[in-house]
Amino acid sequence: MSIRTEKVSERRKKKEIRDRWLLSAPALLLILAAGAGPLVIVVVYSFLAPGSHGDVRWEFSTKAWFDVLFTRDIFDGTVSIADAHFSIFWRSAKLAFATMILCLVLGFPTAYFIATRAPRSRSLWLFLITIPSWTNMLIRTFAIQEVIRAEGIINTILMKLGVTSAPIQMMFTDFAIMLGMTYVFLPLMVLPLYASLEKLDFRLIEAGYDLYASSFGVLWRIIIPLVKPGIIAGSILVFVPALSSYVIPRVLGGGQGLMVGNLIELQFGQGRNWPLGAALSITLVIIILVAMLLYVRNTSRSGGGAHG
Amino acid sequence: MAESFLIKRQPGFATIAVFCFFLLYLPIATLVVYAFNSSASIAGWESFSLRWFESAWNNQKVIEASLRSLQIASVAAVIATASATLAAIATTRTAPYRGLTFKYSMINIPLLVPEIVTAVALLILFSRIKIWTGYSGLGYLIIAHSAFCVPFAYMPIRARLESMDLSLERAAADLYASSFQILRYVTLPLLWPGILAGLMLAFVVSLDDVVITEFVKSAGQDTLPTYMLGQMRRVATPEMNAIATVFLVLSLAIVTIIFFLSYTPRKGKN
Repeated sequence: MSIRTEKVSERRKKKEIRDRWLLSAPALLLILAAGAGPLVIVVVYSFLAPGSHGDVRWEFSTKAWFDVLFTRDIFDGTVSIADAHFSIFWRSAKLAFATMILCLVLGFPTAYFIATRAPRSRSLWLFLITIPSWTNMLIRTFAIQEVIRAEGIINTILMKLGVTSAPIQMMFTDFAIMLGMTYVFLPLMVLPLYASLEKLDFRLIEAGYDLYASSFGVLWRIIIPLVKPGIIAGSILVFVPALSSYVIPRVLGGGQGLMVGNLIELQFGQGRNWPLGAALSITLVIIILVAMLLYVRNTSRSGGGAHG
Repeated sequence: MAESFLIKRQPGFATIAVFCFFLLYLPIATLVVYAFNSSASIAGWESFSLRWFESAWNNQKVIEASLRSLQIASVAAVIATASATLAAIATTRTAPYRGLTFKYSMINIPLLVPEIVTAVALLILFSRIKIWTGYSGLGYLIIAHSAFCVPFAYMPIRARLESMDLSLERAAADLYASSFQILRYVTLPLLWPGILAGLMLAFVVSLDDVVITEFVKSAGQDTLPTYMLGQMRRVATPEMNAIATVFLVLSLAIVTIIFFLSYTPRKGKN
């Protein structure tokens, strides 16, 4: 009797699992077709030879990967490190990192402010933070442009006040890109920070003060270690899209203001070197994966582990 | 209350927070205000006028791009939400089974892979298929948008499912309802606000997309964001401000509805 019920429940379990695969099939197929699957194609393309008018010729070649790292001089054939690629990757990494820090410096107090409001008004403040992030990213980039362009409000105000006689050039600089990225990605930092801070046990802070900690001491030695998961999550959420940003540098950066995203696009557009573009894309994905792994590992190792 | 407030206080934080909110809204406010300026230049304020809204309304390209955006976003949002709902039911409130983590990571792939890389990947894939089949309609954009909208639709639906009380479904099962009947008459009606929020979220996300659309679209298939991107390289007239303002109002209306749909009054102290 018991063996029989066991068999029935076994069968039922199997059916349930099969049903669950069936139910999730449409979503999985969709993502496989237009999200994960094409990535495999990018990897394949990075090992092919470029066609004469874009696209590829179907023969195995590692030239694209060679070109990611090195350039061959067209006259004497000497091989040197591909400075252009390195400098663009390095510049993108610096800009993304600076954006991340700026978002953290602005976002942490903001998230803390929201988390310490009365429970009823918190969702309103939170809503105020998220509103801009649900307006089109392009529109927000355009809005930043309105503020910093030569005839924008900053320059207009400065000139009316007589601080400067000629408009300050802010557009088409790295500063413009960084400002734009901070503006666009700030909510991505605030939300995970808030999620961590909301769970913070303020009795621990009270205990800290009872033991004569200064408010900076409480911040540095109690609050920050406790909300570390939120800091990590927010930093990754800002760093990753900033590093691979395409629209913001295209609109706010100048001709010299390329970032990795624009470099990749260039290979598929004017450059007509699809394998190189594919190889650069894979390089970007690898860098992001490595950065995420390093970051998560480093921060989880260095203390704070006792609090989970 | 006052005492606990003092304990929570960190010097300077409130100032930075207020500054942050100010910074977040200043550029958007500028953009909107100057949409109503009669002058063609953004430099100075002349007088209140609706001429740029009128000029956008009479711009055939803007209207076409807007309609195309709405069309793609509605179809993609429905496809994404339908598949995300099924996937959410399949992945919640279940004993862990083999493949569950695989499903989670698959669903999140569109969030993790940089948009530019997905865009390039789809450019490669679809340009092949366009040559093979000769079809170059909106289908490609709809498939691409549906795919990256799945995780956005999935999130609120899953959250709703996880916070839902199981007892009603158990009661239905005790009364010999089939699993389909439970789904149809108990789970789905309770899940409805989550599904609606997911649908709208997917709609907004699709409406906002620039990068993937820019790479996947065929000639003459501009959506409103790609049209704007093209225009932003040239001299911008306040017509752009007007278009942006309308777009903004639309997004905000949808997001406000989502907020109230997913808003559940908190009980208890915290």
